[in-house]
Amino acid sequence: MSAPLVVARGLTRILTGEIETTLVDGVDLDIAAGEFLAITGPSGSGKSSLLYLLGLLDEPTRGELAIDGRETSRLREEARADLRLSTLGFVFQFHFLLPEFSALDNVMLPMRAFGRLSDRQMTAQARDLLASLGLEAHMGKRPDQMSGGQRQRVAIARALANRPKLILADEPTGNLDSHSTEQVLAILRKLVDETKTSVAIVTHDLSLAAQADRRVHVVDGRLAPHAAPSNPA
Amino acid sequence: MTGALDLIVSIAVTHVRARLRQTFVGVLGVATGVGFSVIMAALMQGSQEDFVAQLVDAMPHVSVSDERRNPPVQPAEQDYAAAQISGQSTPAMRRGVKNPYALMASLEAWLPGVVAPSVQARAVIRYAGRDTAANVVGVDPRREPKVSKIAAQIREGSLEALQRASNGIILGDGLAKKIGARVGNSVVVATGGGATMSARVVGLSHSGMKINDETQAYTLLKTAQVLAGQTGLVNELRIRLNDVMQAREMADRIEAQTGYKSVSWQEQNEDLLSAFAIRNLIMYTVVGAILLVASFGTYNIVSTITHEKTRDIAIMKSLGLRESTVRRIFVLEAMIIGLGGLLIGWALGYLMSRGLGSIEINLPFGDKNHLPIAYAPQHYLIAGGVALASSVFAGYFPARKAASLHPVEIIRGAS
Repeated sequence: MSAPLVVARGLTRILTGEIETTLVDGVDLDIAAGEFLAITGPSGSGKSSLLYLLGLLDEPTRGELAIDGRETSRLREEARADLRLSTLGFVFQFHFLLPEFSALDNVMLPMRAFGRLSDRQMTAQARDLLASLGLEAHMGKRPDQMSGGQRQRVAIARALANRPKLILADEPTGNLDSHSTEQVLAILRKLVDETKTSVAIVTHDLSLAAQADRRVHVVDGRLAPHAAPSNPA
Repeated sequence: MTGALDLIVSIAVTHVRARLRQTFVGVLGVATGVGFSVIMAALMQGSQEDFVAQLVDAMPHVSVSDERRNPPVQPAEQDYAAAQISGQSTPAMRRGVKNPYALMASLEAWLPGVVAPSVQARAVIRYAGRDTAANVVGVDPRREPKVSKIAAQIREGSLEALQRASNGIILGDGLAKKIGARVGNSVVVATGGGATMSARVVGLSHSGMKINDETQAYTLLKTAQVLAGQTGLVNELRIRLNDVMQAREMADRIEAQTGYKSVSWQEQNEDLLSAFAIRNLIMYTVVGAILLVASFGTYNIVSTITHEKTRDIAIMKSLGLRESTVRRIFVLEAMIIGLGGLLIGWALGYLMSRGLGSIEINLPFGDKNHLPIAYAPQHYLIAGGVALASSVFAGYFPARKAASLHPVEIIRGAS
């Protein structure tokens, strides 16, 4: 059996200040390659904070986190940024596309930052990605010229731009209608099945969580011992 | 790396283009600073060069006089390590440079320039009941045109006419005007030593420097020697060098060779040149202040952009762009503003220089009727360099602040 893609041990995040707040408390979590993991929990339970730690956007106060076999707790900011760029992809509830750039340019942004492909290769790959998400007709449009679902699909395409091993999605369907939600879910599922990319998704959506391979439930920053698939929220 | 560079450039250009009006104001601020810095430097250096050129034209580059900087060493001082000499009286010595023509030939053997003898005599020139103090300079009309511009400065008559007339004299036109003399008139020249002679005005000179034109008169060397009361006297060797900037070095060498006090034009005008140095210091301080103020505009614009783009910065960082990459984006935006301002400022400075240079104006010194403007690449390079550096400096701080933003806080806030 191959080693897990993500190994978190005792992952803890405490916000210091006048009142100390524990966001994530001693989480042990493995994510296997090609696994679709749903992270559920009530609002304020720390599921997004856990996702940000897993995505190296935040630094744990304690604990260890290895991604793709690389221990990250002692990495410097630049190395963490490089690991995010090469290995991780993010999809947020809000699309967070750069407003002055076209869909194609937004998708090419991480590729250009990575700098491994030629201009022609980047353009071809970005076009393929957008086409695979049904956005052939919208490549030249700016975010304000697209619908919410289209923007979110562009955001997914951008997350996939550098062929990451793990996609981290924070309520990716939170702002979408049911049709767009189904589309996004189908895309993520297909991604896991066809490319063996791992997906960790934070969601309130029960139907979405039900389609994951595994679900972990977060309460007060800790993983609940027994997740209840029928009642995640 | 090229991809990252392209990315930095395309994001920076997009940000700047999206705020055209703001960018334009910032560019205009820098351009005004650069333009005025250039014109100010051009005017300051132009007037300085013009003044120095007139000064250098009006006087020898090196003047060897019949004086010595230090008293001659006494025999006792040569023989003993310590000697006290008292009651010594200064011996009456004949004035003048010894063997002037031999000395001139010896100097001309190695000196990159020409040498001409002259005699100076203080006198009063009188005509039609009016008199004025003058400095009568005895010159050699064959050699003098090689060391001074006197020949070119003759407005009426000629330098050669000194040789044709007996006791001919060329008056500065200001001096002639003071006493009402014209070419052909006879004036009386009287010295403090009691020598008096009648001289015919054979020419009028105009150097453009009022002080010279109102006090200077030229005669033949022999005539001035008679006025000074010593025949064969030469009390000054006037030297014009091929390279005016070698004057100091040559003066030192001549003094070492001859023992006579040799004064370069720089030494003679030390105070004036120091004043120019102070003036330049003031100028560059003012120019620096102008460009510093312009950089505040750049700071404001980059600050505003980084503030407006907080969310974009967060997402770029979450995607994996390094802090240094994000910082470079905003520093580049400041550079674009600085560069735009620099190019427009250069054009503005050049056009203003042309415009000011073409305005006719009566200057308090010299004959020029246009403002003296110096067109020097270093004015453009200094103003442009300072403008670009201050823009980058102004952009760096908001860029650094933007790059250090914690993406999680912004993503949480926007979700």
